[in-house]
Amino acid sequence: MDEAAEVVVVEDPGLDRQIEKLTPEKIERVINKVLTEETAARLQVYMKTCIHCGLCAEACHYYLSHDKDPRFSPVGKVKQTLWEILRKKGKVEPEFIKECARIAFTECNLCRRCSMYCPFGIDMAYLLLIVRRICSLLGVVPQYLQDTVNSHAVTSNQMWVKQDEWIDTLQWQEEDTQDEIKNARIPLDKEGAEIMYSVIGPEPKFLAQLLGNIAYIMNVAGMDWTMPSTDGWDNSNMAMYSGDFETMARIERTHYEAAFKLKVKKIVMGECGHAFRGAMYDGPKQLSWKEPPVPLIHAIEFYYDLIREGKVKIVKKIKEPVTVQDPCNVVRGRGLGEMLRYIMRAVCEDFRDVSPRFEHNYCCCAGGGVINCGPQWKSARMEGNSVKAEQLAATGAKIVVTPCHNCHSGIEDIVNYYKLGMHIKFFSEILVNVMEVPEELRV
Amino acid sequence: MYQFIAGPLVWCAFAVLIIGSLYRIISMLSLAQKDMVVYPYMSLRHSLRSLVHWLVPFASVNMRRQPEMTVVTFAFHICLIVTPIFLLPHNILLHQSWGIGWWSLPKGVADVMTLIVIVTCVIFFLRRITSPVVKYVTSPSDYVLLAITVAPFITGFLAYHHVMPYKTMSALHILSGVIMLVAIPFTRLSHMLFFVFTRSYMGSEFGAVRNSKDW
Repeated sequence: MDEAAEVVVVEDPGLDRQIEKLTPEKIERVINKVLTEETAARLQVYMKTCIHCGLCAEACHYYLSHDKDPRFSPVGKVKQTLWEILRKKGKVEPEFIKECARIAFTECNLCRRCSMYCPFGIDMAYLLLIVRRICSLLGVVPQYLQDTVNSHAVTSNQMWVKQDEWIDTLQWQEEDTQDEIKNARIPLDKEGAEIMYSVIGPEPKFLAQLLGNIAYIMNVAGMDWTMPSTDGWDNSNMAMYSGDFETMARIERTHYEAAFKLKVKKIVMGECGHAFRGAMYDGPKQLSWKEPPVPLIHAIEFYYDLIREGKVKIVKKIKEPVTVQDPCNVVRGRGLGEMLRYIMRAVCEDFRDVSPRFEHNYCCCAGGGVINCGPQWKSARMEGNSVKAEQLAATGAKIVVTPCHNCHSGIEDIVNYYKLGMHIKFFSEILVNVMEVPEELRV
Repeated sequence: MYQFIAGPLVWCAFAVLIIGSLYRIISMLSLAQKDMVVYPYMSLRHSLRSLVHWLVPFASVNMRRQPEMTVVTFAFHICLIVTPIFLLPHNILLHQSWGIGWWSLPKGVADVMTLIVIVTCVIFFLRRITSPVVKYVTSPSDYVLLAITVAPFITGFLAYHHVMPYKTMSALHILSGVIMLVAIPFTRLSHMLFFVFTRSYMGSEFGAVRNSKDW
């Protein structure tokens, strides 16, 4: 560990200016409220059972990429935050809260890989999420991340998209799709449809082609689907990661209520990891639901069913070597690794698997709200994940498929930063190029 | 003095161990109700699945990645638990007090197992002072706990082999044993009580709820 390594000071008004509003009394009050009212057995037992063995260190991509610097190990991160907080019983300084925020928001992706490596199964991601909760209640959150949460609170979506912009974008993509698929429609507000398809906020904003892709796929497969024209179309949930659990719950309820209103049988969501986690687990937990009230299907499972049942036929496979990213929230978080490989092998001839893989895959370093903290924190993500670059380079693939928006952006950054020369694609982008369009639907 | 140490003090130690442990576990179980997700998520099958993978050497990925540590820690824990329970001198005392007894370890085996505990504790100590990440999260209490754990084995070994006056060494052995038993419910040594619960919960959350593996 090089103590004299150059320290880069990142300016973030969400941290720097917000701590100026804090008083020691407020800090102590909020911390003790969280510790006594919002946490219980898990926090107490985890903190008292950790035997300080350090076996979790090898799990964390930050630790491994920073030349095994102990400050980036999971237990090291908990030491710098919660150990101090508990030891001082909440009597900590505003500067300390800023450090807690920096560590919890930009040096951990809450990916839970460490929980699989701890002999006790201590959930260090949960512990750091509590730190984020404390910071959020104190108003100390990276600026860009807080902005998306504010957008959620006001517009129910992540990107300040207004309702007319949403509908306009869908109509535009519907028209584009009609250039390739005869009579392609994106049914809006169709009551009683089998599927409600929900997307993440950035899609209408700057990834509109993904909306076109799903229209293409749904129309060819002949699915009975719809999208809501009102709030609840955005399944993303940045409040889950900022620690604003109240907003998180409200967003998830809006999402499910859109499905209730449309009386659909299930919700299929696009390729996103955190959105799945929020809609499947964290949102329902906060709303006191044991499970989602409407079945929630991730894109990977949806494409698996489509391909396996023959609703979509693959007519040509990609020839270049392709590898895949196992997004933390749907593989470690849902066990979809096998289904993902099934659909990958269906569309490429030369599939190169990653190692480690499945639940043991390294996080992309963009998830957990880290990329959403903004461009000034990019170096934290790049320097924190050289192991990912090595892992991808070792496959020798030219294309990496990322069935998750954060992974897509995060790995794109890593590929550029480490000059790996790979293309990054969503699965839907590949599927629309390799699938058959039946004669009667061709324009 | 010796009569007190070998008699009532040992009784007290076991009482504190049993009552203290029950108290810790019961208060944790009741606190777990407040943690809304714990009981609804628990699944017996997935808890057992996870426990098996973490109680069998090399059954989890991290154990395979750190083989030396796996060997040391399994050797330590197995000898730590088995030796006191099946030691002949302990069984004789038990038979004198309660009239019950069970199979005892052969003398040579008991010696080797005691030495294994001592050597592995030395390894743990060296790891704490040399490994950067372990050193970073170590505090004085970690060294104290290690000392508390190894003291009964060192003093027991010395007493059995009649090094120094037997009564003195024996008294020290009993005292160090008492300290360790009493420390179990109230220090990080309680990880032996909580391991089953944290492992079961994680096994249930990963396995039953999230359909994935936690090893």
